[in-house]
Amino acid sequence: MSRAVTAAELGLVGCHVCGLLSRAVPGAHEMRCARCAAPLHVRKPASVSRCWALLIAAMILYIPANTLPMMRTSSLFGSQSDTIMSGVVYFWTSGSWYLALIIFFASIMVPLLKMLALVLLLLSVQRRSRWQQAQRARLYRLVEFVGRWSMLDIYVVAVIVALVQLKALATIQPGAGAAAFGAVVVLTMFSAMAFDPRLIWDTSGKSHA
Amino acid sequence: MGAPLIACHECDLLQHEAPLPRGGVARCARCGAELYRDRPDSLERTLALTAGAVFLFVIANSFPIIGLALQGQVIQTTLYKTVDTLWDEEMKSVAALVFVTTIAMPALQLSAFTYLLLPLRLGRVPPHFALVFRMLQAVRPWGMVEVFMLGVLVSLVKLAHLAGVVPGIALWSFAALMLVMAAITAVFDPRALWERAEAAGRTGAAP
Repeated sequence: MSRAVTAAELGLVGCHVCGLLSRAVPGAHEMRCARCAAPLHVRKPASVSRCWALLIAAMILYIPANTLPMMRTSSLFGSQSDTIMSGVVYFWTSGSWYLALIIFFASIMVPLLKMLALVLLLLSVQRRSRWQQAQRARLYRLVEFVGRWSMLDIYVVAVIVALVQLKALATIQPGAGAAAFGAVVVLTMFSAMAFDPRLIWDTSGKSHA
Repeated sequence: MGAPLIACHECDLLQHEAPLPRGGVARCARCGAELYRDRPDSLERTLALTAGAVFLFVIANSFPIIGLALQGQVIQTTLYKTVDTLWDEEMKSVAALVFVTTIAMPALQLSAFTYLLLPLRLGRVPPHFALVFRMLQAVRPWGMVEVFMLGVLVSLVKLAHLAGVVPGIALWSFAALMLVMAAITAVFDPRALWERAEAAGRTGAAP
């Protein structure tokens, strides 16, 4: 092959859902895949702005997710609030350093790095950068793959809250941080889905977005 | 020409499809994304694994996951009870999130696989085939059985200092379900599904 030719340049559209190639109808208001009837788009509609909007919302909620308590423990001896970080510190000091590392990575590093990665991808796409395109494509794949693991802490809270309901001795209640944290995970997942990785390669100057 | 064209779903590069050796993978020449993969007997294996997963899913949801033994009392929780407790604790959004990702989405995914694959196996295309296929593809990222499993293990360690922790039957079924769901992802080939559906549609349309 002499030169890289994209489907869009030849007036073709690949279906997002089933992969079938269709011929784009110029000026058509709404196209649908002939095979699976999914809406067809040359590029995901308003990809960059939707991705930014969801990402900024996630960034704002990342603050309460880390500062508000995930769980509140009340017992005969008083009450205690645990944030994500204090949970990590607890595992670290009590000798379960491997669990401390798992939670630190899944709950703190993964959402943070995921948001930074999306910022990098969005900025480079907006500047039509040709810098490290293959590496950025791999970064996007990584972001899509690891995002789900941040749900870990939500499940830990759910299981512990359900089990420790000894009304007389101790109860553990979920804190507002858990709701914020869950929202961060969902928003970053939607944000990554809104991003169209094909924009990384659209550097020729012709706009599809 | 001759070979059919395929557009990379990640970078839109047009390429000619090439036949693959057994178990081979076709990757995009430019961005390295996986274009398609040779998955032998994909649909049969997916259907068989789905049948196993449905069975495990029912057990995993009907029995306690873990119990806490404290002062002669054992407190147990099922998956649904964790959702229910969160709901009662005024954490409705978190309760909904747990319900959707661990119960609703895996259930939808398994139902969709059964609905699409079982009639196809018998040579018929079920009604609303395309709609159910699109739903299946939309649902797949939101089923998080494997993450939930890790969450249960972490809480197990966290609670172990407080009281005796009793693993329940559902814990083992969840572990098995996690492996079977991962296997389904590895063997399912949407391209094979459409090929089979188109072949079945043609013979079905003939008088």
